[in-house]
Amino acid sequence: MTTSERSRSVLRFASPQYFYPLAGKLAPWFAALAVVLTLAGLWLGFFVAPTDATQGEVYRVIFIHVPAAWMSMFIYLVMAFWSAVGLVMNTRLSFVMSQALAPTGAIFCFLALWTGALWGKPTWGAYWVWDARLTSQLLLLFLYFGFIALTRAIEDPRRADRAGAIIALVGAVNVPIIYFSVNWWNTLHQGASVSLTKAPSMAATMLAGMLVMAIAAWMYTIAVVLWRVRPMILERERHTEWVGTVLEKELQAVAANKGGRA
Amino acid sequence: MQWESWSAFWDMGGAAIFVWGSYAVTFGLLALELVLVFQRRRDTTRRLLRWRRAVGKEVGKHDGGEFEPALESER
Repeated sequence: MTTSERSRSVLRFASPQYFYPLAGKLAPWFAALAVVLTLAGLWLGFFVAPTDATQGEVYRVIFIHVPAAWMSMFIYLVMAFWSAVGLVMNTRLSFVMSQALAPTGAIFCFLALWTGALWGKPTWGAYWVWDARLTSQLLLLFLYFGFIALTRAIEDPRRADRAGAIIALVGAVNVPIIYFSVNWWNTLHQGASVSLTKAPSMAATMLAGMLVMAIAAWMYTIAVVLWRVRPMILERERHTEWVGTVLEKELQAVAANKGGRA
Repeated sequence: MQWESWSAFWDMGGAAIFVWGSYAVTFGLLALELVLVFQRRRDTTRRLLRWRRAVGKEVGKHDGGEFEPALESER
């Protein structure tokens, strides 16, 4: 294989036929990384990071709260990106990618709110306050629900793709609002502990635990989205010859598994 | 090591319900998501296999036979 052939072959993965098996091969590796990093992150978070001077032990919620909140915002931006690509280039795989991302984004968004509530009660005295950070994060959850409901309610996939893409793009405006809400308004929610411009305002081991958990959340997201997008691709491409071949192989694999167990 | 004993670890300085409530729901939801993703994969494969067979038989036949859904939403 020459270099030019190889570079052309990379572009082929933009087509569903080549992306489908690639996704299947990559997903388990990302899942394995997620498991290893989660174990390392939990170790750092619970056994290496010290007790917080003001909050005591309850701050250990941070090791999932912050990664979940970051993921929920980032996944929405990635959905908006794929939606834009789909609208501009008219590539159907892009819309399918953004729809495969949405449930995972919604779960992380809910987890950010849930862990935030459980952290807020002992530190602020309330599970919930209508503060700009919390309210805009709740709006993000509704945007995820709206995107999922709309793309599933419309029967014609081309119209569903476009309607979802528009929600994803319009809703993306909310993400910077969430991120900067703690600077723009007087919020009960604290400001960013970690930013690109300032030194982090937390102990190095706490920061390390949080970042390792954040990368673990990344790896988990990539794995689960690749697994989710595969059957979606089969549905979309069901009229093609290659899907027929894939399905027959799956059937043989299932039959072989049953025979092995019996 | 941060903890004097395992019971001190599980107690989380009195914040056990908040800390473990966060972690339990997180890992529970992610596990549920994985189960649903794999179920969907199995269901889709079966449904599409049935659909392809039905479509194959219908070729050259005008009464159509029974409708076989290709998508979840067509059930």
